[in-house]
Amino acid sequence: MRISIRVNQADHEADCWEGESLLYALREKLGFPGSKNACEQGECGSCSVLLDGTLVCACLVLAAQADGHDVTTVEGLGDGDDLHRVQQAFVDAGAVQCGFCTPGLVMATVDLLAHSAAPSDDEIREALSGNLCRCTGYAKIFDAVRAAAEAR
Amino acid sequence: MTQTARRGLQVGTIGQLVPRIDAPPKVKGEFAYASDLSTPGMLFGHTLRSPHAHARIAGIDTTDALTMPGVHAVLTHEDVPGDKTYGLEFADQPVLAIDRVLYFGEPVAVVAAEHPEQARRAAERIRVVYEPLEPVAEMERATEQADLHPDRPTRSHGYREDDRSNVVRHMVIRHGDPDAAGDVSVSGIYELGIQDQAFLGPESGLAVPDGEGGVDVYVATQWLHVDRAQIAPCLGLPLEQVRVHLGGVGGAFGGREDLSMQIHGAMLALHTNRPVKIVYNREESFTGHVHRHPARIWAEHRATKEGRLVSVRMRILLDGGAYASSSTAVCSNAASFALGPYEVPNALIESTVVYTNNPPCGAMRGFGAVQTCFAGEGQMDKLAAALDIDPVELRLLNALAPGDTLPTGQTITGSLPIAEVIRAAAALQPPAPEELPRDPLRLPGGAGNTTRGEGVRRGSGFAVGFKNIAYSEGFDDYCAARVRLFDDGSAEIHCAAAEVGQGVTGVVLQVARTELGTDDVRLASPVTSQVDSAGSASASRMTWMAAGAVRDACRAALDERAARGGRSEVDVERIYRHPRTTPLDPETGQITGERAHVAFAACAMKVVVEVDVDLGLTRVVWIGAAQDVGKAVNPQQVEGQIEGGTAQGLGLALMEEIQTSGGLITNASFTDYLIPTALDMPPVESVLIEDPEPDAPYGIKGVGEPPTVVSTAAIVAALRDATGRGLTRVPVRPDDIVF
Repeated sequence: MRISIRVNQADHEADCWEGESLLYALREKLGFPGSKNACEQGECGSCSVLLDGTLVCACLVLAAQADGHDVTTVEGLGDGDDLHRVQQAFVDAGAVQCGFCTPGLVMATVDLLAHSAAPSDDEIREALSGNLCRCTGYAKIFDAVRAAAEAR
Repeated sequence: MTQTARRGLQVGTIGQLVPRIDAPPKVKGEFAYASDLSTPGMLFGHTLRSPHAHARIAGIDTTDALTMPGVHAVLTHEDVPGDKTYGLEFADQPVLAIDRVLYFGEPVAVVAAEHPEQARRAAERIRVVYEPLEPVAEMERATEQADLHPDRPTRSHGYREDDRSNVVRHMVIRHGDPDAAGDVSVSGIYELGIQDQAFLGPESGLAVPDGEGGVDVYVATQWLHVDRAQIAPCLGLPLEQVRVHLGGVGGAFGGREDLSMQIHGAMLALHTNRPVKIVYNREESFTGHVHRHPARIWAEHRATKEGRLVSVRMRILLDGGAYASSSTAVCSNAASFALGPYEVPNALIESTVVYTNNPPCGAMRGFGAVQTCFAGEGQMDKLAAALDIDPVELRLLNALAPGDTLPTGQTITGSLPIAEVIRAAAALQPPAPEELPRDPLRLPGGAGNTTRGEGVRRGSGFAVGFKNIAYSEGFDDYCAARVRLFDDGSAEIHCAAAEVGQGVTGVVLQVARTELGTDDVRLASPVTSQVDSAGSASASRMTWMAAGAVRDACRAALDERAARGGRSEVDVERIYRHPRTTPLDPETGQITGERAHVAFAACAMKVVVEVDVDLGLTRVVWIGAAQDVGKAVNPQQVEGQIEGGTAQGLGLALMEEIQTSGGLITNASFTDYLIPTALDMPPVESVLIEDPEPDAPYGIKGVGEPPTVVSTAAIVAALRDATGRGLTRVPVRPDDIVF
């Protein structure tokens, strides 16, 4: 089937098989591999994107369900070479090691800060608890979220 | 959240807190991981795997699969062009199963199709006739059951002879008089489940035929050249016709030392003359790499009434699973570090690793030392209790120091500040207990809201551990680097060191900038055809080894340029080797030269937990760590290694275990195999002890493994303190606390 999706404020079309996830379509059909394929069963958050402004796991949404909708991926956050403040905070805090979880955590942080400008430590931990990271032990990710909140 | 010694140093050079160069592309989603690779005309590969832990294969019929839509190739063992078996150290593993399968998930056939779903559906149509056999599922019975590898792949490699069935390696370290009597004796049996590396980037790679019979493999790996050495013979190709490129790596932790899709992808690419990408899904990843060895350990510690260790006996049994992988080295490492970082005059250590039909085990962060640290530190706490001595004081009383002798007869000649790390960790002060009532997120059970504080007890624990850095026992361990200096003053570095997330690319650049005195340095993408081997991004060795190689190559390049009178272009490659090690005597476990291990690194941890003893739910409140790091090349990254390594040990202590039934994995998903989340990790306060390693460039030590070695032991010590339970098995389950 042919689907039309607005990704990062530009219109895209692709031929998809009905069983394909939004994640697969983004990565393999539409040229947005930034969202990551770590578990593809909604447990790790690495594929987190905003679908019409709502944080979702792209692996749990069918590409067909996203037809006609608006998606923001990690590739759409910055402005050219300028990093989004959340991205910059992750770089500065040392929150990136292998980085495979990073796009999802950046998206989850953007979503958190959109709802809570100055989150408490408990809010941060709970908001990010759906995003697995195997490298960092999360401490520097928390540092990054706090720094991003202060940078607003 | 962390407390470290930060020193003012030059921009971009060694010792400076520098942001990673790969961080901006990673936060933007632009960093190309192996699973992100794409090229025109690319096919997708899929692997058909065994549903049995042990079975004979009576037949494989691919006829139907070949007729499925979009399918370009269906290959079995008959299509392997060269050697039919491969292995990291011993070629005991079939590229594709031949007439039997030895573990659940063993590759049997591979398919290439235009869409991954077409490949999966075609694989379902391959008819394999299995005749199931009784699996060797219990490591303790393995030596009495049918030999899974009657040809004994690990025999004649200088190990102790052992004719029992399924023995991969058996070793004995005899030191002094193990029968020496002490005033007190404590004994215990300790067990560890199978831990998974659970790196987030699944096994992935892209194989591209070069049109001349050769192939380029872009893959997430830890060691490009050892991959090539295994891929090429199985393809029947000379090494030069196989070029292995580093694809972006989404974590490794030992799980990418062994091959996954490399040969399969290359076979499909050469067969179809099309690029082929293979990306495992999460379930497949649980069977697609080796795991941490589960272990059962029997220990007896004897000491004087003053607390001096007199003798230790330890018997270690490790389940290696179906194939050898790096089991022989894990077996030896477990034995080498069985006594912990203590001076022990007499010891008898026996370590055995066996073949079974369980998931294959091999390298994981800590590599044998994790298992024995858990047992040994449990014993030290038991001894402290028996003697009524403070556990930290007991450890200080027995702490190893330079000049002391290890049970292998090796004298410690380099840096090993055990007493210093113990004192530094012990001096860290945890936060005062938080008053009740409080948010349930900060209670055991968390958002489950299972208690308001009733039944919750606080406990604290302490542990110290150490481990070798780099490869041991006579392995020819080296790293190459190539430096090109250009007329415009810029430089290009080639080094095949695998960036797996640990930050080695930054280290290479920091060293090159330090040595060359310019910031205008770029690092070429690693590929086997441009530079010799870097060795593995394993064993906490890569920073040390890459720093040595890049330093030597930079200095040689500057010398050559000077010899040519200045500004001309130069291109030099240099190989760095750490001081030579020698094997252990197969009968006595004693050194046969000056040393079997090149150097050591240690970490001590203090942990505070809260436990709901009614429900068996736990919360780690705080961890304080002091680590012996040699020289912190990039302090921010060192802290990151400590925090992340601690988290993996916390996972083993509290939640992580691959569960099997008759050899079949029953929890191959992140729904059922739990790793620590943002709600599970406490703050980790870390102190870096910089005591330069005399044999290493810039005094560097590896930092990745020591926190993982020790954190499991330290957390369980705190749980024992809170609950009064023995807790001799990890992961500790709620039932272990309640019943």
